[in-house]
Amino acid sequence: MKLTLKIWRQPDAASKGAMHTYEVDEVTGDMSFLEMLDVLNEQLNVKGEDPVAFDSDCREGICGTCGLMINGQAHGPEVTTTCQLHMRSFNDGDEIVIEPWRSDAFPVIKDLVVDRGAFDRIIQAGGFISVNTGSAPEAHSVPVPREDATRAFDAATCIGCGACVAACPNGSAVLFMGAKITHLGELPQGQPERDDRVVSMVAQHDHEGFGGCTNIGECVAACPKEIPFDVISRLNWDLHQAMRHGH
Amino acid sequence: MAASGLLFIAFVLMHMYGNLKAFGGHDTYNAYAEHLRTFGEPILPREGLLWILRVALIAALVLHVYSAFALWHRSAKARTTKYVMKKNLASSLSSRTMRWGGVTILLFVVWHLINFTIGKVNVSGGSTNDPYNLLVDSFNSWWLTVIYLVAMLALGMHLQHGVWSAAQTLGLTNNARARRNAKSLGWILAVVIAGGFSLVPIFVLAGVISK
Amino acid sequence: MTDMPDTTLTPEPSHDAPGAHGDDAVGYYRPGDPVADAKAPDGPVADRWNTRKFEARLVNPSNRRKLDVIIIGTGLAGGAAAATLGEAGYNVKSFCYQDSPRRAHSIAAQGGINAAKNYKEDGDSVYRLFYDTVKGGDYRSRESNVYRLSEVSANIIDQCVAQGVPFAREYGGLLDNRSFGGVQVSRTFYARGQTGQQLLIGAYQAMERQVAAGTVEQYTRHEMLELIVADGRARGIIARDMVTGEIQTHLADVVVLASGGYGNVFYLSTNAMGSNVTASWRAHRKGAYFANPCYTQIHPTCIPVSGAHQSKLTLMSESLRNDGRIWVPKNKADCDKDPRTIPEEDRDYYLERIYPSFGNLVPRDIASRGAKNVCDEGRGVGPEVDGVRRGVYLDFKDSIGRLGEDAVREKYGNLFDMYLRITGENPYEVPMRIYPAVHYTMGGLWVDYDLQSSIPGLFVAGEANFSDHGANRLGASALMQGLADGYFVLPQTIRDYLADGPFEKIAEDHPSVVEAKKSVEDRVAHFLSTNGTRSVDSYHRELGNIMWEYCGMERTADGLKKAIDLIRSLREDFWRNVKVLGTADSLNQSLEKAGRVADFFELGELMCIDALNRRESCGGHFRAESQTEDGEALRHDDHFAYVAAWEFAGDGELPVLHKEDLVYTAIEMKQRSYK
Ligand SMILES: Cc1cc2nc3c(=O)[nH]c(=O)nc-3n(C[C@H](O)[C@H](O)[C@H](O)COP(=O)(O)OP(=O)(O)OC[C@H]3O[C@@H](n4cnc5c(N)ncnc54)[C@H](O)[C@@H]3O)c2cc1C
Ligand code: HEM
Ligand code: HEM
Ligand code: SF4
Ligand code: F3S
Ligand code: FES
Repeated sequence: MKLTLKIWRQPDAASKGAMHTYEVDEVTGDMSFLEMLDVLNEQLNVKGEDPVAFDSDCREGICGTCGLMINGQAHGPEVTTTCQLHMRSFNDGDEIVIEPWRSDAFPVIKDLVVDRGAFDRIIQAGGFISVNTGSAPEAHSVPVPREDATRAFDAATCIGCGACVAACPNGSAVLFMGAKITHLGELPQGQPERDDRVVSMVAQHDHEGFGGCTNIGECVAACPKEIPFDVISRLNWDLHQAMRHGH
Repeated sequence: MAASGLLFIAFVLMHMYGNLKAFGGHDTYNAYAEHLRTFGEPILPREGLLWILRVALIAALVLHVYSAFALWHRSAKARTTKYVMKKNLASSLSSRTMRWGGVTILLFVVWHLINFTIGKVNVSGGSTNDPYNLLVDSFNSWWLTVIYLVAMLALGMHLQHGVWSAAQTLGLTNNARARRNAKSLGWILAVVIAGGFSLVPIFVLAGVISK
Repeated sequence: MTDMPDTTLTPEPSHDAPGAHGDDAVGYYRPGDPVADAKAPDGPVADRWNTRKFEARLVNPSNRRKLDVIIIGTGLAGGAAAATLGEAGYNVKSFCYQDSPRRAHSIAAQGGINAAKNYKEDGDSVYRLFYDTVKGGDYRSRESNVYRLSEVSANIIDQCVAQGVPFAREYGGLLDNRSFGGVQVSRTFYARGQTGQQLLIGAYQAMERQVAAGTVEQYTRHEMLELIVADGRARGIIARDMVTGEIQTHLADVVVLASGGYGNVFYLSTNAMGSNVTASWRAHRKGAYFANPCYTQIHPTCIPVSGAHQSKLTLMSESLRNDGRIWVPKNKADCDKDPRTIPEEDRDYYLERIYPSFGNLVPRDIASRGAKNVCDEGRGVGPEVDGVRRGVYLDFKDSIGRLGEDAVREKYGNLFDMYLRITGENPYEVPMRIYPAVHYTMGGLWVDYDLQSSIPGLFVAGEANFSDHGANRLGASALMQGLADGYFVLPQTIRDYLADGPFEKIAEDHPSVVEAKKSVEDRVAHFLSTNGTRSVDSYHRELGNIMWEYCGMERTADGLKKAIDLIRSLREDFWRNVKVLGTADSLNQSLEKAGRVADFFELGELMCIDALNRRESCGGHFRAESQTEDGEALRHDDHFAYVAAWEFAGDGELPVLHKEDLVYTAIEMKQRSYK
């Protein structure tokens, strides 16, 4: 396969970036999207051009490090992570536009690499259950109905990739945040801090400069882990409850 | 946003029902208009209910528009560098045009109030003190009817997403079935309200409702 | 040129004919004094941890704030340690090279975590978990450490549940568990196929809570490039801010390495792209012994390499072997045929044939070697990569026939989907292809019972240390170890060390600091100025090929010696001819890789030397010279029941081997058999 790539190049956070066009040849369907970029980088290296910076680590769809806007879709045309997208989803001669996540809360560091520290700070604001090491009760002292555990799990599979923010026309991070609130809020262990959690996480979310959600739903379609829409509703519900309880 | 939106929905539902009285002819309609003003008397002064409603509506409008622009501002700041290429996969046109749809509705309401309430403009030059006649005169003009129909399209779209969005914002859609129901309700209300409103102008223009 | 290690050295290979257990590595190393684990208390194995905890001195809470702790790594081990030490009130600085602590490679673990809870009343106990782990490690792990691991395993589950880790549950709402990795009791707790993810998120959240509380300072996209050892103690690190390129000095009273495993020395492995040995290796060069580097675990069920572009390998859960049948064609001529057209009588179900009682369920090392052997014979399947087909079929046709497609989908649906996504082949219709891949490294920095390395003040936890898994790690026990180290062991033992602190502050112009910083700066400058012709990746790939070929599933004295020569010359070429573009003062991924690959070269050589020295087969280490008549691994307890702790003696010097004898008081050594 021969492809034309249009890639956002930006030397560092302070510089202005621009789209550049590259050709890659001898791409096979077995390659992952990132391996295709490895091939491009090897070519650039030979030519003495700075390779394209992009993030990845596990390359098996679980760490959430990778993430590119591919032809206008977060993580590309399949419901999966960029690292698990394979080139057989493309055709010979295709032109592929590759951009970084666009969100002012995720500033570009270089080329296609962005800073998602805002997600950590949202978790710091309350995305945890306060339990010190060693002070935990015996695991079987609190049974958790299987359904609750399942719903908590479905939400807990979020990998923190940021595709939801990238895809949302408002640049909102409520799918990510709702996933955490649902994960912890569905479990008995998460109840004592439930009100505080949602209030401080939402405040941090807004403080980071993410947009407000108007329930458009692009985030759900982009999410590689298929985090369900419910989590946003759950977040709103919890927020109203917390406000009713006087927060 | 959701609270003001829901109040609007209640109002437009009522208002649409009132408008349909035009099919009852001149007297039914005018009696209704009069009734609106005398409702609750003597506990309330004349136009008492109407003013309560107006105040509530104005407050809601201020709130609604303020929140709308605040949200708009936030999302504009949340992504200052636009994508070169961005596809929409799952979202409806309505959801993506809430703001411009809202602005359209706002402009419409301004004109509408000038037309029927504050200014009482009769585009055909006829009298303005008889609500039924003003209505019929207005929609006998094709271009005014078109303006109204366009506004109703905007309203329909705004409601189609708005109803579902309000349910979601209130945290009422915690499972797939609730989500489906909220979406269906959005469609139903959109069609009933926008469609219901449109009947009067269309039937006036078609000559079915006439002086 | 500055920090380039001297590579001119060519030690005389051993000429004395090695006897049955002779030392093939003579000439490649120098013998040193034996080492001993000085910290493990004497007495019955079951009492040692309690004794040690009691003996460990205390630190007054008001003093803790004055004590600085550096932790490298935010995986299960590092993340858990940061959370716990932060809670205790120490000043913690936590480092990781990813953009968030939540992305450490622990996130990728699938199967589960062991704990001796005995919820199933099936005869499990701390002792049995201890026994299974020592036996699984082929009697090459340290008894006292493993016992402690089993002991604290139950607390781990309590801790994680309290944090909100959504483990699988039964309908009654209590925790479910399953049996895993060939043991006969059900003690593996799991969270679908994402146990590592859920455990790590738990530790990450606990750590972020401390960040918010101000006890932990988090340094993401920071790579540790040097250890600072001053006046005989580990006192800090040199790190590079990977975004700005700034070379920073961070000083502390104690340094913890929890930087994970080094499987990426093989280039292709199931590890993350960034997994590296740099943190450990830099510490090794500063005096920390490196133990058993040759012990690597090769996992039998991974998706095979599809071409030269391959950047990493993906593991498929071992559970697939419960229902899939492994085979290759009997005739080479059939290898490129559609497997569905090959009749039963022309298929070789080699594991079922050779191991009739265990069949497809033999342990990892045996299944892996079986696949290698048939592929070496030329009977592998799938695409030819570098002229050889490396793959065997894992066929679900029989189970689909027996159980129905729906039942198979229910059990393995997500794995089948993943396989389809990666290979483009539908495993419901065509047999899967699998091949072994490097998965875990049992070797690592030598530590005593306190998890302290041979450098005072340097503690090592998780996969980065060597202590608990011997020559082979049982499934679901690395997660257990990481969390045991981080939550329960380190916080106790570090306390004892810090009771002597705070140590005298050292200044940024202390000679050790200056030297460490300069060496890092020189190395960066060297890479950027070499301006050679080959990319870092191409060197890494070639190194990986050498390691896989000669220090992979089967090792021979000749092969290892050849590998050492190849590595040395490749390394020399690397230092002269590598091409790293870009600048030092911005994000530069080639520069990062160059540093890591440079350290892999040195590690790779030590792995070969260690493998050469250990002329026995044990666990993941198979020496062709040491096998039974029917090709099974043969241990030599009389000669090799020791930990090989290697000391770095300087560039161009032979490494020094310190032996720690393995003494078992609670368990009797036995030969494994799976026939
Ligand atoms: C695919 C896969 C599946 C597995 N499945 C299981 C399983 O089912 N059960 C089981 O028990 N085990 C399993 N394992 C093994 C287990 O996951 C690991 O051994 C364990 O998680 C290692 O944890 P760790 O905390 O030691 O290191 P890691 O989680 O690897 O963390 C290393 C940390 O060190 C940091 N770091 C490294 N170098 C530097 C540096 N130079 N500077 C700064 N920071 C640095 C990294 O950023 C990272 O935060 C699996 C492993 C893999 C690869
Ligand atoms: C006057 C001008 C108006 C503007 C600028 C406007 C704008 C908006 C915007 C930006 C939203 C947020 C989008 C969202 O939540 O999905 C919204 C929501 C909504 N609007 Fe309007 N709108 C206007 C008038 C109306 C009217 C007249 C009605 C009803 C008849 C209405 C009903 C709703 C509803 C129900 C919502 C959903 C509330 C929620 O999600 O919480 N709006 N509007
Ligand atoms: C085709 C559709 C419509 C027709 C024919 C219509 C007609 C009228 C008429 C005749 C009045 C004057 C009533 C009176 O003073 O007694 C009126 C008032 C009003 N209409 Fe409409 N209307 C329509 C749609 C709408 C819509 C869509 C909105 C809002 C989104 C709206 C908002 C109002 C308001 C706010 C008033 C003023 C009420 C008051 O007196 O305070 N109308 N309308
Ligand atoms: S919710 Fe989905 S898209 Fe958003 S961060 Fe989590 S996994 Fe990524
Ligand atoms: S796309 Fe955006 S508007 Fe809400 S539903 Fe998703 S965050
Ligand atoms: S690189 Fe880990 S999810 Fe893609």
